[in-house]
Amino acid sequence: MTDQPQPAIVADGLTKSFPGVRAVDALSFDVRAGEIFGLVGPDGAGKTTTLRMLAGIMPPDAGNATVAGFDVVRNPEGAKHALSYMPQRFGLYEDLTVDENIRFYADLFGVKKAERRQRSSQLLEAAGMAEFRQRLAGKLSGGMKQKLGLVCALIHHPKVILLDEPTTGVDPVSRRDFWRILYELIAEGVAILTSTAYLDEAERCHRVALLHQGKLLFCDTPANLKAGMGKGVLSVTGPEPRSLRSQLEHADGISSLVLTGDGLHVVVDDAPRRIPEFEARLRAARVSFDAIQQVAPTIEDLFVDAVGSGGSTHA
Amino acid sequence: MPELDNSVVVENLCKRFGGFVAVDRINLEIPKGEVFGFLGPNGAGKSTTIRMLCGLLKPTSGRASVAGYDVGREPEAVRQNIGYMSQKFSLYNDLKVIENLRLFAGLYSVSSNVLRERIDWALAMANLKGQENLITGTLPGGWKQRLALGCAVLHKPPILFLDEPTSGVDPISRRQFWDLIHHMAEEGVTVFVTTHYMEEAEYCNRLALIFRGRIVALGTPSELKRGSMNGELLLVACEPLGNAVEVLQSAPGVLDAAVFGNALHLVVPDAVAAIPQIEMYLKQHGIAVGGIEKIRPTLEDVFVSVTTGRDATGEMKP
Repeated sequence: MTDQPQPAIVADGLTKSFPGVRAVDALSFDVRAGEIFGLVGPDGAGKTTTLRMLAGIMPPDAGNATVAGFDVVRNPEGAKHALSYMPQRFGLYEDLTVDENIRFYADLFGVKKAERRQRSSQLLEAAGMAEFRQRLAGKLSGGMKQKLGLVCALIHHPKVILLDEPTTGVDPVSRRDFWRILYELIAEGVAILTSTAYLDEAERCHRVALLHQGKLLFCDTPANLKAGMGKGVLSVTGPEPRSLRSQLEHADGISSLVLTGDGLHVVVDDAPRRIPEFEARLRAARVSFDAIQQVAPTIEDLFVDAVGSGGSTHA
Repeated sequence: MPELDNSVVVENLCKRFGGFVAVDRINLEIPKGEVFGFLGPNGAGKSTTIRMLCGLLKPTSGRASVAGYDVGREPEAVRQNIGYMSQKFSLYNDLKVIENLRLFAGLYSVSSNVLRERIDWALAMANLKGQENLITGTLPGGWKQRLALGCAVLHKPPILFLDEPTSGVDPISRRQFWDLIHHMAEEGVTVFVTTHYMEEAEYCNRLALIFRGRIVALGTPSELKRGSMNGELLLVACEPLGNAVEVLQSAPGVLDAAVFGNALHLVVPDAVAAIPQIEMYLKQHGIAVGGIEKIRPTLEDVFVSVTTGRDATGEMKP
């Protein structure tokens, strides 16, 4: 990857405002060929606006971007031939079959018949949809529709793929199929930029940009991000999560404490030091607990740690 | 009678559509004040079950009671005693906050002598006091979520159904929302959650997983992570990943192999025994191994294992 003359996607200071809101604020990152890069953040973080600017369908107010070497502002047509953009609602024709939808997109992109046959067989196989070729798109489940959208978007061998929340509303099993196709594609040297509001999905990307209110919070590999948080995360489990909370919420060293279904998720300054302290505190109060264990921080922990409690509202 | 303490009781509940068994003799008991999660892939029977529990669809056989009312015989009483809120559930975006509340109060037949008190309560609960005249469409995601919740509980239902209530909401708003839900549960409201979102499932006291019409796993999130995987989970760092996953899919003793970011996730029957074997196997196939460690499965791993692992291990499909 290091011998690549230029990354497949370069965003340099991309900025876009809508009335009353700066949707994307001086955003810079790059995506290399053979890499899956995640734009990760909640609704309203600026993910869709960023993807639209990179797809050449929305000009930025400021900043530059290149996709496959084409300047998306000055030469959006050039960029459009090299990329494939799958918006949140991909335009499938519900009254056409799976095969007919693929053929329609192949014709739009000028893909030859022989190539279309070969490529669509390969993609449908990877998607686990080979047996559904004659089914109407409108009769497919949500996960299948998303996979068919991806097959259509990939039919012309794009070098760069932009996916906007492809797995929203998709069950974990279909989601995993979807990711398997993405991992197969990068072996072909494709660059993939995908957005997600599921923070846990960030862990599947090679690198991620964590966005909040149009700004970049972090950009790195998930492993480096977690290693760099500098805090410990404890899982405290027990039969009465609420009693656990009332005993521990005022303990020293806590930067965040969340009540979960069967315990607490606690971010602390120093895990090895706090575990025995918490155990002693619970025993003294005669609150029963199953275990206090240090666990790996999640991307959500990082997000909350960076944004702080002031980030939840605009007021 | 267990019904006294349980707000949802399901016994051998069954629903057929022609020759297709959508829900196949399921049993559940959900005590008052529990936050209960109901998970399953698309087409597993989840929506059919919820439609029966909400009194919208008659069971083929078996029975279910919700808040003490039988869903087959008293569907209207059931509907009056539940609240329903969904991420996709439409508040009217061009109405004011207060207008949405009044509209839902009307839909739920909240009587006029308690209307003001209930709306005040909902505004306070949702932390929207002073925001009554804002246009709903201009609210941030987390506020809309709380307003939708307020609208769903205006009639004080003892049972609340939530469908992916916080997907797409920022993590801080999501935590605030779930704090509210746990607070309601503390006051005795039973909460029935459906979601594809494992981060939401973590907030449930107990979870049931439905697959092909049957409950295939039931327990607290920790119990499921400990006991429901068909094996143990390994994180394998190696290069090149693409070859490694192909090689490992047919390796002896590997139940499942999948790429996960910069590494692989493997499901094996016994992690300690498998680690040296896998390392040797990969090296024999020319793959450089960076490290192998046993990791705690996430709920998503459990979900995938329970709903697909059976095929991989060649067990009887349910």
